[in-house]
This record gives sequence, structure tokens and C-alpha cells, in this order.
Amino acid sequence: MTDDLERRLAGELRPAAALDAAGLRSTIARRAAAEGLLDVAYGTYDSPLGPLTVIVTRLGLVRLSYSGEGIAAQLEEVAERVSPRILEAPERTDTVRRQLDEYFRGERRAFEVRIDWRLVRGFAGEVLRATARIPFGTVSSYREVAAEAGSPNAYRAAGNALGSNPVPIVVPCHRVLHAGGGLGGYTGGLERKRFLLRLEGALGQAG
Amino acid sequence: MHLPPFETLIDAHATELHRFLVGCVGPTEAEDCLQETFMSALRAYPRLRHRHNLRAWLYTIARRKATDAVRRVARRPTRDLDGVEPVAPPHPEPADDGVWLGVRALPPKQRDAVVHRFVLDLAYGEIGARMGTSEEAARQNVSAGLRRLRREVTP
Repeated sequence: MTDDLERRLAGELRPAAALDAAGLRSTIARRAAAEGLLDVAYGTYDSPLGPLTVIVTRLGLVRLSYSGEGIAAQLEEVAERVSPRILEAPERTDTVRRQLDEYFRGERRAFEVRIDWRLVRGFAGEVLRATARIPFGTVSSYREVAAEAGSPNAYRAAGNALGSNPVPIVVPCHRVLHAGGGLGGYTGGLERKRFLLRLEGALGQAG
Repeated sequence: MHLPPFETLIDAHATELHRFLVGCVGPTEAEDCLQETFMSALRAYPRLRHRHNLRAWLYTIARRKATDAVRRVARRPTRDLDGVEPVAPPHPEPADDGVWLGVRALPPKQRDAVVHRFVLDLAYGEIGARMGTSEEAARQNVSAGLRRLRREVTP
């Protein structure tokens, strides 16, 4: 039985101010930061290599990725490994984004950002820390990086570690090449690797 | 088991929770209630032990916020002690349909069930699932709410 009352109730709820979803997201992010509840913040950065997603925690930069890799999956991984309190808060990534600006303009040779290594385990961490020490404008090989990490014969494992580098560009895995001079591989594709080496003036050595 | 990024909860549920809260407390209070719902959820989030039915969990919080808001509004004085009219709120409620004022005045369980039924257009089984009751209890809450509204709301 539908009576007059039910018809009135079922009629469109009188026009309410529509929800400003973007406004809500940024308000929650701002309040979360003020209350110390924002464990993970992210923003995007438009680089010459395409958009990058910058994900930071209280400890530092935890993930930098070519956005084409799928932001949702990356946030899921950080939620699982670090904390699910994740919100978009671009201003929290400003330090990293500013340094990326300077790097891509050719005005910065080294990044001064703390890195949160929690997405990296074991030997991969050693390999990536060794990679972080390769100076701007120079290149190294998988074998050398493996040796630096303490296992000269583990160059395949070193390659895998570099392939899953959670913070490319900042930890310069693009500076690691095949011993014979071949480019090797790159998470973001070889075009990007070439671009970065050219930017650093190291492409001559890469052939 | 792991929890999805909190932001996905906002993206997935904010619009519907907002409509639910507009039905429960009106548009002005709804915005505050929605913010408070997500802030409470964010505070408790890492302690959650399951990721199934996050929506029901959010509705539990939202219902509590709505009930608090109704109490708060009821306590708000209509006149200051010196008899001077209080300053009008920045966004005065537009002329309201009396039916919805009546809905907001229902006991919380009836109010929530009626809003689920008529604002979100849900079947009784789904209302029960969201309110943590049986389908039959949901049906009874809706019909008790309607009976009360018929008595109290002038046609």
C-alpha cells in the first residue's frame, strides 16, 4: 500500500547542496594532518617523462612512480606495508616536487630527501643503497652494484632489485647499465632511461 | 588481511553517506556530520580487524553522528538569555518540507530505517544489513516510523 505520506517520502529529497567531494577530501586531509593522523600523503608531479606519483610518509619518500603504472595498486601496496591512513595531500610532497623541478631543469645533481625504505627488503635494500651512491653524470654496472652491495656474483638479483626500485630517479637506478655498455632495462621503459642519462650528460658512456 | 587506502572509502561512500545524513539531519548539519564521520573513522581505522563491510561500519559511525547532531540542535537555544534574537546561522535552512522535519524527529532507529528506505531506496534486507539488524527488524522500524509520521505530520 502506498499512501500520500510514502509518495512524499519517496519523492526526491528536497534539493540539498550537492556534496563537494573534492572539498571534502582536502578538508579531511587538512584535519588529518593537523591531528597527526596522516600517515601517508601523495601528490602528482608533471615531469618531462610524464606524470609521476609522489608518495611520502613521516619518515620520507616511500614511493615515486611513473603514474602509468597505476596509482591505485601502488597506494594499496603502501597501505599494506606502511599504513592504510592514506590521503591525497599534494602540499606534503612539495619538497620532493621542488627538487624534481630543479633536477629536470638541470639545476640539481643530488636529491636531498629522506627515503623511507619500508617497501624494500633484504638484499634489494643493499643494492638500492649502493645505487644511491652512484654520482650524477656517471654510470655503473649490475656487477659493480652487486659487489658494492656485498655479493659480487649476485648481479641477477641486483638487476631484479633495481627493476623493483620503489623510488626511481631519486635512487638513480637509471645509472646502472650492462658491463658491455648496453643500456640494460628500466622500470619506466628504455626511452626514459635514455632521457635521464642524456639529462645528466652520461649518455656518451652508455652508447 | 589488509585495509584499503582510507581515501578509497571517501571516494566510494561519501556521496551516499551525504544523502543519508541530509535525510537524517538536514543539509546544514549533514556536511558537519559527514566530516566528523570520516574523521572518527580515520582515527579508528588502523585498529579495524576486517576489511569486509567497511560500508556498514561507516554507517554505524554516521548514525551516531546524526543522533548527536539532532541532540545538539535540540539543545540550541532559540533566544539568548537576554531575550535578543540569536544571530542567524550563515546558511539558514531553506523552507522545509514538514515530512522531513518529522523524519528527523523520529527515534534514531526508525529515522535511519526510513531514510535508508526512502532516500537511498534500499530493500529491507539491505537496510537490515547496513543497520546490523534482520530484514524483519528493518521492516518493523520503517513501518513504526511511518505510523508515527502519519500521526504527527499534518498532511
